[in-house]
Amino acid sequence: MLNMTNIKKIYRTDSIETHALREFNLQVDEGDFVAVTGPSGSGKTTFLNIAGLLETFDEGCFELDGVDISNQNDTARSRLRNQKIGFIFQSFNLIPDLNLFDNVDVPLRYRGFNRQERKKRIEQSLEMVGLAKRMRHLPAQLSGGQQQRVAIARALAGEPRFLLADEPTGNLDSSMAQSVMSLLKEINTNGTTIIMVTHDTELAAQAKRNIYVRDGKVSEITHSDQYAGDASELLEDDTESTLSPVAALSR
Amino acid sequence: MFNYYLKLAFKSFRRNPILTGLMIAAIALGIGASMTTITVNYLMSADPIPSKSGQLFHVQVDSWDPNNGFNDEPNTPPNQLTWTEATNLMAAQQAFRQTAMAKSGAIIEPQNSDINPFEASIRLTFNDFFPMFNVPFKYGNGWDKKADDDRQMVVVLSKNTNDKVFAGQNSVGNNIVIDGKSFRVIGVLDTWQPLPKFYDVNNGAFDEPEELFMPFYLKQELELPNWGNTNCWKTPEGEGFAAFLQSECINFQMWVELPTEKDKQDYLTFLNNYVNDQKALGRFPRPMNNHLLNVMQWMDDQEVVAEDAQIMMWLSFMFLLVCLLNTIGLQLAKFSAKSAEIGLRRAVGATKGDLFIQYTIETAAVGIAGGILGLALALLGLVGIRQLYGDVLNDLANLDATMIGLALTLSLLASICAGLYPTWRACNIAPASQLKSQ
Repeated sequence: MLNMTNIKKIYRTDSIETHALREFNLQVDEGDFVAVTGPSGSGKTTFLNIAGLLETFDEGCFELDGVDISNQNDTARSRLRNQKIGFIFQSFNLIPDLNLFDNVDVPLRYRGFNRQERKKRIEQSLEMVGLAKRMRHLPAQLSGGQQQRVAIARALAGEPRFLLADEPTGNLDSSMAQSVMSLLKEINTNGTTIIMVTHDTELAAQAKRNIYVRDGKVSEITHSDQYAGDASELLEDDTESTLSPVAALSR
Repeated sequence: MFNYYLKLAFKSFRRNPILTGLMIAAIALGIGASMTTITVNYLMSADPIPSKSGQLFHVQVDSWDPNNGFNDEPNTPPNQLTWTEATNLMAAQQAFRQTAMAKSGAIIEPQNSDINPFEASIRLTFNDFFPMFNVPFKYGNGWDKKADDDRQMVVVLSKNTNDKVFAGQNSVGNNIVIDGKSFRVIGVLDTWQPLPKFYDVNNGAFDEPEELFMPFYLKQELELPNWGNTNCWKTPEGEGFAAFLQSECINFQMWVELPTEKDKQDYLTFLNNYVNDQKALGRFPRPMNNHLLNVMQWMDDQEVVAEDAQIMMWLSFMFLLVCLLNTIGLQLAKFSAKSAEIGLRRAVGATKGDLFIQYTIETAAVGIAGGILGLALALLGLVGIRQLYGDVLNDLANLDATMIGLALTLSLLASICAGLYPTWRACNIAPASQLKSQ
């Protein structure tokens, strides 16, 4: 589904060449939940940007859902992003003067859905993250955890094949981080492939697979013991609630 | 998507009211200054009689000083005629329509004792004047050829004069006393304000039309004074009014209506023959130099659009350019503040084209707002010009529908041009670099 072979990415200035990725090989299958960890500067974010078609690469082969990315121009890559990929960022990246409804609407506008379809999808996705009643609120009126849930709703509204998360819990306290993680697991359970870059080894351990990146290469792949396909099992240790992860996030 | 982009534009205005306000103000200032001067130039150079301006010709023959051309220009014939040429050319009746004319003035003594006598300007002309220049009548008509030949004491009043003397009533058939003599009113004009006053630009191209119109030969009959420019290259031989009329002094204008090119060529041939005849009589010492210029050629020849007005217009365009450069800077600052949003939109699937359209619409909305404000400033500018120049430019200082359309179009195009570079830069922001940095 996502297949990177010998990907090389070099950042060049006038006098310096930085090899961000070198001989980077990775295969992600449908339904996988991959956590990408590694030290700062190891190439995690570069990998995620290339996987999300936000950056090009210098050498190698990259196929996404059967499409050879190296042949795609900027417009085609934009369309692929819109149709196949959802993004979750550390700092949420919500547009501050758009309410929640309009924020979730952003990718759907570029998808060309009609008004009714957009409205249905927005309401469903906000419902899923427990914020349907606050869809007319502005991001600034929400907590960090709630804003990240809006970002997740935005990422999911277009029903993407992949969800790419870049430190999705980096700006959240541990309780909220766990709730977001639970939500991601539920989303994965429902069939969406997730690739998550994180520094948090505890959260990474909850993914199906852990990819450790060092010096621009995949240095280790491990399968997690902690991953539970049923997200509610994950919450058994959560002393706060036995609610489903979505409900837990809604509090 | 257009409505969506428009909605985003207004949200952007609310998010950055100061930057947006500055951009609108910059465009408005440029548009206001430009439109003020463009309007004056436009009205100055407008075709005052578009239905037949190509068929009406101003007549010029070179009867001037053999040693010095008119206005020291060797190839330019005088801009007016002598009495001799005016009456001779009229007597020849060689054109489809023709009228010689002169400006004069006299005292009107209203019968109503509540109205004080007042001085009024007179256009001395021939009966063809009214149909030639499409002059509209409210009451009655102009006079006929017989009235010209018989030097009848008839008069056509302007609408204002009729309003003043006869309280706007139909005064046709009434008498009016002018310089102590009784004239019969045979017509009253409707509102008529040709701009420029093409039929006599050398006596004030933007003056009001005269208050009275009467047969040309009454100038001689009543010895009516010369109003407007009178130029002589030779002192009249003798004294008195008759000597002036027989002199080489120029104070008379002449227009002919020539519907076809052949008519024009025939009339030019006639003029050449006439001048040759005059040369045989010892007049016209200069080389043959007869001109027939149509209305727009005549406006151009007489430089009706003042050179300083044109300079002002070009200066205002420069000012608009400076305003647009400022707008570019402000737009760059505004889009720079939007980098994170641009990155996000790119990440979720917006193409560069999508963003280009979005931000062009936002820029265009700023342009329209600037254009509307600029129109208000242009109106203020035109009021200022009226204050500065008084009645001379009173009728020029108005914005018509064409000018309003032009202002908005100019503003729209200018703002889009100013927004091209900032928009292009915004569209080329690397999304990956922005998504981490919010």
